[in-house]
Amino acid sequence: MTLDEFVARFAEEFDETPEEEFKAETVFKDLDEWGSLTALSIISMVDEEYDKRITGADLRSVSTIEELYNLVESK
Amino acid sequence: MAYNPFSLEGKTILITGASSGIGRGIAVECSKIGAKLVISGRNEKRLQDTLSQLQGEGHLALQADLSTQEGVDALVEQCPPINGFVPCAGIPKMQSVKHINRKDLEEIVWINQEVPIILTTELLKKKKLQKKSSIVFIASLSGIFVANMGESIYSTTKAAISGFAKGAALELAAQGTRVNTICPGLVPTSILEMSNEMFSEDQLMESTKGKYPLRRLGKPEDMAYAAIYLLSDASDWVTGINMKVDGGYSLL
Repeated sequence: MTLDEFVARFAEEFDETPEEEFKAETVFKDLDEWGSLTALSIISMVDEEYDKRITGADLRSVSTIEELYNLVESK
Repeated sequence: MAYNPFSLEGKTILITGASSGIGRGIAVECSKIGAKLVISGRNEKRLQDTLSQLQGEGHLALQADLSTQEGVDALVEQCPPINGFVPCAGIPKMQSVKHINRKDLEEIVWINQEVPIILTTELLKKKKLQKKSSIVFIASLSGIFVANMGESIYSTTKAAISGFAKGAALELAAQGTRVNTICPGLVPTSILEMSNEMFSEDQLMESTKGKYPLRRLGKPEDMAYAAIYLLSDASDWVTGINMKVDGGYSLL
């Protein structure tokens, strides 16, 4: 998956936040909609798309979507 | 003085999922109060670790992979006559409702829900469960009393087990056999590591702070003491209940 595709897939997990707010450099934890449900959705999405397990600690260790992408790719 | 209405002397108890966590805790405590244990688990080495922690003589370890019907059948075949049965083998999976897929659903339902039911049926059919036995299912707060984010499938299976326990309690009462569930609050064990390793123990402490009126998380021993009560003759008039052991979590 390319970075752009990852950003688009990431955005799909959100219901309220407009799609155009999601960029590679977006600090996702600053989004109003970020919370335990969206975190769970992102973990489930990575599991589904990559068959890889990321943890709550992984999510806390990065700030932008691109950093998360790199972390997932490196797993 | 040896007055002890909770003694398990003379009882043989089958415990699945005994190689770690709550299953191991229940096995160890039951052995201390006089039971003979038949323990099963998938991981031979960890199962032997549990066996070495049991007190007294005459225990039996049966390695079993319950992910297949063959594994389930083999366990029933090898099991000696028993007076108690505590299926503890279970898997969690943190997953949002939007991401549930059939493969995960079937895997979790099989291990958490179908295997305990099939084992009960087969143990009865093969006359392994003696008259006046006690069956103790490990259910959960989740699905029966509360809901937690990401646990929809897990709680589905636990609610199903609670339903099965009531039906079985009614039917098996004729032979004096009792069927109950224990509904644990959060017990930090390796099962949580399997649930996508979402939390470290510190994070668990932090995220659950203030949610447990008795101000700590659960221990396998907490579940073991409840299991001892339900397995012993002290609970001879108790069947079909869901026993919450949750530090008061569900009060809030």
